[in-house]
Amino acid sequence: MKLLLALALAASMTASATAAKVEIKDYAFQKPSITIAAGSTVSWTNQDDDPHTVVADDKSFDSMGLGQGDVWSHTFTKPGTYHYHCGVHPFMKGTIVVTAVTKHV
Amino acid sequence: MKRDEFLECMAWGGTGVVYGLTNHGLIGRSLADASVKPLSAATRTFVQISDSHIGFNGKANDDVIATFQQAIDKINALPVAPEFVIHTGDLTHLSKPDQLDTVKQMLGTIKTGAFYAVPGEHDVINDNGDQFFKLFGRGNSQRWFSFDAAGVHSLALTNVVGITKGGILGRDQLEWARADLAKQSPDTPIAVMAHIPLYAVYPDWGWTTDDQSELLDMLRRFDSVTVLNGHIHQVLSKTDGKITFYTAASTAFPQPAPGSAPKPGPLTVPAGELAKLLGIRTVNIVEGSHQIAVVDESLAKQN
Repeated sequence: MKLLLALALAASMTASATAAKVEIKDYAFQKPSITIAAGSTVSWTNQDDDPHTVVADDKSFDSMGLGQGDVWSHTFTKPGTYHYHCGVHPFMKGTIVVTAVTKHV
Repeated sequence: MKRDEFLECMAWGGTGVVYGLTNHGLIGRSLADASVKPLSAATRTFVQISDSHIGFNGKANDDVIATFQQAIDKINALPVAPEFVIHTGDLTHLSKPDQLDTVKQMLGTIKTGAFYAVPGEHDVINDNGDQFFKLFGRGNSQRWFSFDAAGVHSLALTNVVGITKGGILGRDQLEWARADLAKQSPDTPIAVMAHIPLYAVYPDWGWTTDDQSELLDMLRRFDSVTVLNGHIHQVLSKTDGKITFYTAASTAFPQPAPGSAPKPGPLTVPAGELAKLLGIRTVNIVEGSHQIAVVDESLAKQN
């Protein structure tokens, strides 16, 4: 429910905000780099039977341990480039590029 | 090491892979190829177990509690109880409280003089190991410590917190190790236990420790150093001067040989093969010498 509320809020504030999904499978973030508008939410789902985490390189977000089938979401409000990795398998790397929202008049 | 030296130091009963180690180095061979007789000198023994992954529930092993119990049964069936048992990490799969509780209870049934553990990255996944060290750290949740038992001076190290490539020991731990080792005489046999290998097994998979060379340099003045690691769920060994490294089998599931698959991870093998790839390790120290026999024994039933 929290996620839905966050999504609804994000959507009402910025028309361009979306929800994106990243599968974690075979020890890789299946979309290694994605670009989203500020306010968008990204959901990670772990498909492997080994646990993974989604941790920002600068520690600004951390999913904690995700078992098989676990989903974790994070809403990116500030534009910028966010590099992240799996805290258990640091060779797994990903990037989220958050672009500024252009306000439509 | 010449063959005659090997025969001199190596004569060991049991099953599985047998290694002979002197302060000159190591040779390993399968027991099936060797005619072995028991060592006559008095020996002291400890046991290494690793990577029990309690809480794992995947194709590679649908009952990690059962295989861990088999490993415990094997230890409890040894002719002489080991002086201590060391678990080299990944006790649990997700460091959930119920998983930690289960593994702690099971470990409590091992017949041994003392139990020690170092964490794997799975044990510190949510809290940098706070829970783990409260349960298994020495004294006041110490994250690294040393102890003297079974005729060796052992360092139990943590190299899984805050990893960004391979394992990491960190400045504080390295300085502690330097001070600890400075108090030891060069002829004291040294054992070093840590989860992630302390040599470059396969850096692309993170199977190495980023700052290991500083530790290894501190160890080079000793006549006999045995490094025991887990993490990679297979038995490998390597000799570097007077330091010999051994990685251990898991009690839960195997992993691919270094570089033999696109990625590391639980390896599913045909039914009937699993127990042959899981195991326990006995480390036997010949008293008053630097001779150490490291015996890896699988969980497969012997005929």
